Amino acid sequence: MTAIVTRRSLLIGSGSLLLAGCDKLTTAPQTLDVLSLGEKASRSAQRWLVADRQALAPEFTRAEMSPVFRVNGSTNPRDAGYVAHAANGFADWRLLIDGLVATPMALTLPQLRAAPSRTQITRHDCVEGWSAIGQWTGVPLGLLLRRAGLSSNARYIVFHCADTLLGKPYYESIDLVDAFHPQTILAHSMNGAPLSIGHGAPLRLRVERQLGYKQAKYVMRIEAVASLAPLHGGKGGFWEDNHNYQWYAGI
Amino acid sequence: MSDADPPADLVYRTRLPVRLWHWTNALTIFIMLMTGMMIFNAHPRLYWGAYGANFDHAWLEIGNRGTHGYLTVLGVEVPTTGVLGYAMHTDEAFPPLVTLPGQYNVPVARIWHFFFAWVLVIGWLGFAGYALLSRHLWNDLLLKREELRPASLWHDIKAHARLHLPRGEAARHYNPLQKLAYLGVLLIGLPLMVLSGLTMSPAMDAAWPWLLVLFDGRQSARSVHFIVAAGLALFIVVHLAMVVLAGPFNELRSMITGWYRLPPERPTTEDRP
Repeated sequence: MTAIVTRRSLLIGSGSLLLAGCDKLTTAPQTLDVLSLGEKASRSAQRWLVADRQALAPEFTRAEMSPVFRVNGSTNPRDAGYVAHAANGFADWRLLIDGLVATPMALTLPQLRAAPSRTQITRHDCVEGWSAIGQWTGVPLGLLLRRAGLSSNARYIVFHCADTLLGKPYYESIDLVDAFHPQTILAHSMNGAPLSIGHGAPLRLRVERQLGYKQAKYVMRIEAVASLAPLHGGKGGFWEDNHNYQWYAGI
Repeated sequence: MSDADPPADLVYRTRLPVRLWHWTNALTIFIMLMTGMMIFNAHPRLYWGAYGANFDHAWLEIGNRGTHGYLTVLGVEVPTTGVLGYAMHTDEAFPPLVTLPGQYNVPVARIWHFFFAWVLVIGWLGFAGYALLSRHLWNDLLLKREELRPASLWHDIKAHARLHLPRGEAARHYNPLQKLAYLGVLLIGLPLMVLSGLTMSPAMDAAWPWLLVLFDGRQSARSVHFIVAAGLALFIVVHLAMVVLAGPFNELRSMITGWYRLPPERPTTEDRP
């Protein structure tokens, strides 16, 4: 530790102090509450004004796919339960569907693979700005929800995941417009092969009109709920609860 | 040239709606640029086409090796330590001094960006409506037929290059290059920013698939968004330089109160075409 304070470091130091002061204001919860009206307006505009609610996300040909589809977020969960499932090829793994449904279900991977499926080549857009195009095959979520008998009280579908990030369980949620959208699938295959661990084996959500952080990987349980408030941080997802990301990620 | 007006002639040059839009926009564009640079920092690489990520070819990249920052454009690398890639002891693409927030925080930058995006769009619609209804567009912004002649434009370019700004009665109106700059921002720059921004929204791509046709893919739209933003930043630099050259007090007064003092004519004119 040196006591010499150069003018340069003083300038940088006071600059950082000023910036830190600004950040206190720019990141204050009250500021964000007011400004997030903008994103709420975007969501309303996209849902009510311009968008056909069933409008499909663009689909691509095999020739238009990314040569390499990078992985990010959790790429290799170390949680004991998941590691055990992965070790025996997800033979004992079950997808639980419960909450506000008439008949809760527990489905094996072979059952999901045998179910009617949809294959789509779509663009994955990360909130960071990059995009990758890949092919996904899976069971339409709407099909499973109808089979389980979704209650009329249900408003959101929650995806509980096997991975934890920064010590907190990953989860995500979508509303019923997206849940019953024809391109919303639970993908078990990617680019014609079973889903790799990096991309969310054995099952991940594809909700094609939203950004990457909504595409929950390592899905263990699907829960139908009337409100997101009682779950974890109450904002409907890991990034929403812990990092100010917006619940609606259509923009 | 008309007869010279009295030198101390105060004229009402800028009407209230124009002034309101100017200052709203000034604030909005600064916030959009600063939050935009923060969002860019999350992935400081640009691509052409539909997709683009770390393993794909980027036409522009800002990065660093250790404490050495660099900018690569079309394969040409420029060292930018202290400005881009590595500056102020951080390894962000754009340094904390110019981003909002100052510390890496994409979600907060997005909240700000999308709030002020609405301000930008609503302001633009309001101003465009005003400019049409009040004929501000025809009376003040669109170039007159004689101004569009190449000789006339060339004359204006030469005058700007010599920093000979209009004086006297001629200073009552925008000059041709000034009109072109304002029209460029109003009719090309801001609409392109909004449309390329919308194209980055996966929900908008489903609702309005023509957006992807217009920009040839989401990553191209992201590149256009960045290039036009850089163009707007350049406009601001030139705009502020012109304000300083034309007399900052007088210019600021006219944009705050509407009243502008016409600069007196030069005693001798070198007004040859």
